Amino acid sequence: MTDHHNKKEIDDISGVETTGHEWDGLKELNNPAPRWWLWVFYVTVIWSVGYWVIYPAWPTPGGATKGTSGWTQFTKLKNEQAEIFERQGAYLNRFHNSSFEEIMNDPELYAFANAGGAAVFKDNCATCHGTGGAGGKGYPNLNDDEWLWGGRIENIYQTLQYGIRSSHEETRVSQMPSFGRDGLLTRTQVTTVTDYVRGLSSGKSGSDHPGHAIFQEKCASCHGPDAKGGREFGAPNLTDAIWLYGESKDTIFKTVYDGRAGMMPHWKGRLNDDTLRQLTIYVHSLGGGEKSESVNDSEFGPITPGSEQ
Amino acid sequence: MAVTLAIYYMAPLIRWDRGPTAPDQAILIDLPARRAYWFFIEIWPQEVYYLTAILVFSAIALFFVTSLLGRVWCGYFCPQTVWTDLYIAVENLVQGDRVARQRLDKMSLCIEKAWKKGLTHFLWLLIAFCTGGAFVFYFNDAPTLWQQILSFNVSNTVMIFVAALTFSTYLMAGFAREQVCTYMCPYARFQSAMFDKDTLIIGYDSLRGEPRGKHKAGTSWEGHGHCIDCTACVQVCPMGIDIRQGLQMECIACGLCVDACNDIMDKINLPRGLIRYDTETRIETCQQDSARLHILRPRTFYYIAVLCLIAGLVIYGQMNRKPFELHALHNRNPLMVRLADGHIRNGYEIKILNKTHEDTSFSLRVENLQNARVEMRGAGRLTPENLNVQANHVGTFHAFISAPEQKESPLDIIFIVKNNRAGTEDRYESMFISRDAR
Repeated sequence: MTDHHNKKEIDDISGVETTGHEWDGLKELNNPAPRWWLWVFYVTVIWSVGYWVIYPAWPTPGGATKGTSGWTQFTKLKNEQAEIFERQGAYLNRFHNSSFEEIMNDPELYAFANAGGAAVFKDNCATCHGTGGAGGKGYPNLNDDEWLWGGRIENIYQTLQYGIRSSHEETRVSQMPSFGRDGLLTRTQVTTVTDYVRGLSSGKSGSDHPGHAIFQEKCASCHGPDAKGGREFGAPNLTDAIWLYGESKDTIFKTVYDGRAGMMPHWKGRLNDDTLRQLTIYVHSLGGGEKSESVNDSEFGPITPGSEQ
Repeated sequence: MAVTLAIYYMAPLIRWDRGPTAPDQAILIDLPARRAYWFFIEIWPQEVYYLTAILVFSAIALFFVTSLLGRVWCGYFCPQTVWTDLYIAVENLVQGDRVARQRLDKMSLCIEKAWKKGLTHFLWLLIAFCTGGAFVFYFNDAPTLWQQILSFNVSNTVMIFVAALTFSTYLMAGFAREQVCTYMCPYARFQSAMFDKDTLIIGYDSLRGEPRGKHKAGTSWEGHGHCIDCTACVQVCPMGIDIRQGLQMECIACGLCVDACNDIMDKINLPRGLIRYDTETRIETCQQDSARLHILRPRTFYYIAVLCLIAGLVIYGQMNRKPFELHALHNRNPLMVRLADGHIRNGYEIKILNKTHEDTSFSLRVENLQNARVEMRGAGRLTPENLNVQANHVGTFHAFISAPEQKESPLDIIFIVKNNRAGTEDRYESMFISRDAR
């Protein structure tokens, strides 16, 4: 490195002043940062001092400096949540004090319940029933019009609160026996009744079918003599087009032989009552919801739901 | 300048009656309600193509004018030029002409300099503030906003926008000025592409002017061009170019050099027009007859044809604008539902755009699907025969269509919505899915 402390040296090619530093013949050009950039830099440095004072900044043992404004991410979150709750509160209050019947006839509350219910559904129910409520094998499709325990709003509300075969003491409960495994029917009899059940929805199975007698003796107590099911036992209608576990011969055989005991958890105590009621309305609105007498009979004019700008 | 400024400041105050359910401001961009109004035109976000058409029309009109008359937009209408001119006018008024201003700049700080400079900047800021203030009127109802301003009850958004526009006007017109045209404006860069030899430009008649040089009064002009190299044209140029070097990218066709040169020519008793508005052809051939002014050239007709086409499309579109519109969106989750009786049900989100200014009742039906049953989901007893949509609103409904399983899946079906009073209809193609793809 050569020493050029006192004289300015101009680079021949670029015409720019050098710093005087030289490495193996390469000279460092002196291109200072633009003035405006420097000033912005100084301003940010000054700005940061104010920032340290007002906001939490320096890490210290046992936490960081607090700052005069007392700002934290937690208080920010809390405030923003409070704002949302306040906005919800206007509807929630009305919702809380309205009966199902009133909500079903009030476009605003109905839309509010559906929006809230949809969110809660995705968090809690979609795991089994699917995000669209279409269900799967063993998990009922909530969009269709077949209900094991009833599709009126009060039926759905009860199912949601107490569950099916859940650990709650008021749970809905019933049992499809394991006819084959427990020796209530022989393997041949199970096969015969399976064939009978498969023919029900297409109308092929009549009273002349050999399975008819077995069905009337063993199954009709829950599924009904006409096989149209019994909602007080959660017994499915066997004559329709909907099969919870599948309509293949093997599946039905397995159902009769081993029995089925699908389980739905209870939500009372885990979700608050307003949330449960929103969820009830949402599930009811998916398409299969059955009218309650009270809703059917009420009189109201034409309504514009969910109008937006 | 006065005309363009007047248009800018007065336009939001013009009223246009649209009935009780829509604002009566002639030009209004209503962002919260997502509507744009321009006299008889009303644009919904769904019709943003009108906006595109209007912008394309404006752009082509600009090309057209440029190819005929050169950069008159830049020199006379561009907001950048208009506000810069306004700021320069303020400077002239307070500080005097260019020479006086230069003297003032050189002076050390004294009371005269302080108040002159101070007043200039105060007036600049005032103008900038009015500019920002007028801008927000295009987005808010002007009389309402006036009341709010006078009672110091203005929303934060308005204040932020006014502040931002005040600052940018002050910066652009006060300091950046012609550098905006040279370095920031993309249009200046490609404008020359619209020029041809018959475009009116600011031109220096080099045949007449060269060889230039100082000239002593009373001596012969023999061997001398008419340009006496007084540099008046260079001094007045706001862009800081020398027009005698020919047409340049920076030239905004303001014509200040033409005026300056004519003044000089008058003083030395030579004909005006050494620097003049003219076409390249005429300057090169030294001909001034009007036959050479070639206005009706193919380019003119192309531009007029395109402009007429776009204007025609917009007018046709507006004349045939549907007073209401239907959209049907098939539910994706689930795609279809099998019902207990074996029928298939599909769900659809139905949107009815009621562009009229009165509450309207519609009925919905479906075509091309045998034995279809239409049910509406919603509060109360909502039937497909009576769907009410408020004036100027979009009604959102949910429809369930059930029908026997179809051989074809997806099957093309058509939704039809009918205005119950007028009997007019709108249709929307959708589909009916009978089998899950799984």
